[in-house]
Amino acid sequence: MTQIQLTINEKSQTLTVPPTKRLLDVLREDLALTGTKEGCGEGECGACAVLLDSGQGPELVNSCLIPALQANNTAITTIEGLAVTQSAEASDDPLIPNTYSLTTALHPIQKCFLEKGGAQCGICTPGMILATHHLLDNYPNPTMAQIQEGLAGNLCRCTGYMRIFESVQQAAKLHTQNS
Amino acid sequence: MHSNVLDYALTAPATLEAALHLLASEPGQHIPIAGGTELMVALGAGRLTPKSLISIQHLRELRFITVDETHIHIGSGTTFTDIRRNPDIARDLPLLIQSASWTGSIANQNRGTLGGNICNASPAADTPPALLAYNATVTLVSINGPRTLPYTDFHLGYKRTVLRSDELLHTITIPRAFTGYRQYIRKVGTRNAQAISKIALAALAQLDDNTITDIRLGAASLTDRPTRCTATERALIHQPINEATIKAARGALASETHTIDDIRSTARYRATVAGNLLEEFLRSLTV
Repeated sequence: MTQIQLTINEKSQTLTVPPTKRLLDVLREDLALTGTKEGCGEGECGACAVLLDSGQGPELVNSCLIPALQANNTAITTIEGLAVTQSAEASDDPLIPNTYSLTTALHPIQKCFLEKGGAQCGICTPGMILATHHLLDNYPNPTMAQIQEGLAGNLCRCTGYMRIFESVQQAAKLHTQNS
Repeated sequence: MHSNVLDYALTAPATLEAALHLLASEPGQHIPIAGGTELMVALGAGRLTPKSLISIQHLRELRFITVDETHIHIGSGTTFTDIRRNPDIARDLPLLIQSASWTGSIANQNRGTLGGNICNASPAADTPPALLAYNATVTLVSINGPRTLPYTDFHLGYKRTVLRSDELLHTITIPRAFTGYRQYIRKVGTRNAQAISKIALAALAQLDDNTITDIRLGAASLTDRPTRCTATERALIHQPINEATIKAARGALASETHTIDDIRSTARYRATVAGNLLEEFLRSLTV
């Protein structure tokens, strides 16, 4: 067992875990952050994607491929952290019906996925949204080719991707307007 | 079926020197792990022995890109994303940029390293064909010091390399000597992101009028290791590009093709497509 220190969704955590335990399992089992999903467990589907900052800015990573020890002294944002950190600006948005208001404070990207039907069964959605977040950080106004490349590591078995691409385009539009 | 993580040890030495000492003190007892995009899958499937890993992912000494007058030096811990963002590599080594861009997905490019891609030693790996074509050299380090060799001598066979158990790949060095060369790379796979290639070819050529004055070819999945196609290069050097040359080159390539049937493709398909890629490149030179 190894002691590791991480910042998860802006909160500092000290954990004692097996050093090769997957970050995915640390998030889900040790921290009860079950928004991060397991799909393939081999880094091919992106369902477990989170944002990880080792000091050079947040990077999209597959948490199933990261041993806990390699997450030591990093800052991680999961889907749970995305909504909370945006709480100031989104509370009374008329576009979001109350039935969807799990936190009453969805991130704009989450709202776009709701509006455009970019989520169906929901297993790929947290990874899709974090991949979109990473994409828009790098390309605030992405072309369709950049969207397709940015999400190429995230597999969806429900939507056929068109509604997801439309969700990302909508999010990019909002992102550009707000910045 | 997941293996039990409690069966595996993992340490993260603070420095490169400490990592090398650990590798040397218990020869063959540890596996270095960088971005984990390959080894974490093997670990999960219980395919990893020995069951002790040394993380080198955090070692700043291995993550750099430096440029001097004649060469670009890339640390083995450099990620594919680092490579794609580097303007010097983009200017001088477009084939490396292209192959980095189709290595896995963005999330895997953020973790996976050039050194890992080389040392994992898959015959289908994405960046080796470009590195072979670019005449790369590799520098390996151990507590006894560094040694540098041509990258063409690094791979010994299927997943076998000259890397000793006490050594780490430190630097990949590429000459800045290809201005004015025609450059080609193509991967044939089910899809670019994630899919492992069925066959890939990287090619560089210098022409004087219609005659080839220099040529370098690197291929993936053509044999049991990443392969520089020297017989094909010999068939092409100093030749004019015409139908006879193309036919001779295809024949030479077939003579050095020893590919296999596997889950991704058949030997026959790979051999045919390799010839087609070579022909596509040669015909593009006449335009």
